[in-house]
Amino acid sequence: MEWPEAVHRSLGAAGVRVVGYVPDAGHKRLIELCQADKAMRAVVLTTEEEGIGLAAGAWLGGQKSVLLMQSSGVGNIINVLGMVQVCRFPLVMIVTMRGEEGEFNPWQVPMGLATAQVLEAMGMTVSRASDASEVAPLVAAALKGEKAAAVLISQKVIGIKSFQEQRSQ
Amino acid sequence: MKASLHRREVVSALLKERQDLLVVAGLGSTSWDITAAGDSPLSFPTWGAMGQAAMIGLGLALAQPRRRVLVITGDGEMLMGLGSLATIGVQRPANLAIVVIDNERYGETGMQTTHTAHGIDMAAMARGCGFKDSRIVTTRAGVTRLRAAIHGKKGPLFAQVKVVAEKLPLVLPPHDGVVLKDRFREALGAKR
Repeated sequence: MEWPEAVHRSLGAAGVRVVGYVPDAGHKRLIELCQADKAMRAVVLTTEEEGIGLAAGAWLGGQKSVLLMQSSGVGNIINVLGMVQVCRFPLVMIVTMRGEEGEFNPWQVPMGLATAQVLEAMGMTVSRASDASEVAPLVAAALKGEKAAAVLISQKVIGIKSFQEQRSQ
Repeated sequence: MKASLHRREVVSALLKERQDLLVVAGLGSTSWDITAAGDSPLSFPTWGAMGQAAMIGLGLALAQPRRRVLVITGDGEMLMGLGSLATIGVQRPANLAIVVIDNERYGETGMQTTHTAHGIDMAAMARGCGFKDSRIVTTRAGVTRLRAAIHGKKGPLFAQVKVVAEKLPLVLPPHDGVVLKDRFREALGAKR
């Protein structure tokens, strides 16, 4: 089983009903799986910041959610993470990393380098999957903990190949 | 046209006999307005996260499809999250209403004019984002009709209520975010 299938299974097992996302090449398969899942509502966002409000509202209404984004999106959510911290909302973010080894776009590098630090500065627990087999267990653990947690997926797990494929399409 | 409606009267009228309505209020004056109308565990006034009131409303509306959800926010707060109108327009929750109390000012920071003071029409934006019912309200009769629509009409609904720019006494809700969150979930019967 590939990591997106394993993560999708973890989301289902944890009872996740709302999936907010800003598309990313690395999340392509997982987004498709969530869209096809009738038990989940996949919500396309115009900016990652909206996903924090979405997750907070879903939790107020008694539902679990996750947010999918790439590392550049972490820069868009900093202030609103204050609400997550002060209200102690559980929040699970799955973040595909850009700006790491093999990155073809230098403009992705600064936010990629700062991603973990920024999240930690705003009170998030950060874990990192350096291998595909680590992603789903880390996501399952984050959901179980009901805390504010981000799982970062190293760019080498995604591979630079998928980005090059996107470029050539 | 000069606005004649007063925000506290509008919000009190909208929340009168609120039944099972779930309410989210945006940062600033609208949080004080809903509190002045009578605090409730099923109200979630925000003290931060500017721009997110409508999205909190969307998450709540998706999680509680059998309850009516009302977001009451200000023009400045809504302007900061305009993209959320497009996001809500894709999901089209039938149980969500967004009411912008539009005094054309940033009320908490010195009453500087917002974009709506310069002709920016948010109701038109909402219409363009798929809100079939998007209205500008300027009269008491319009407020009465809006309250009926919030309770009875298929959404999503957007309304921009033009109000007088006035500085009012603060009526503050609890500011402990954990209290606000937990009381809401307990009142809904959700697990803590």
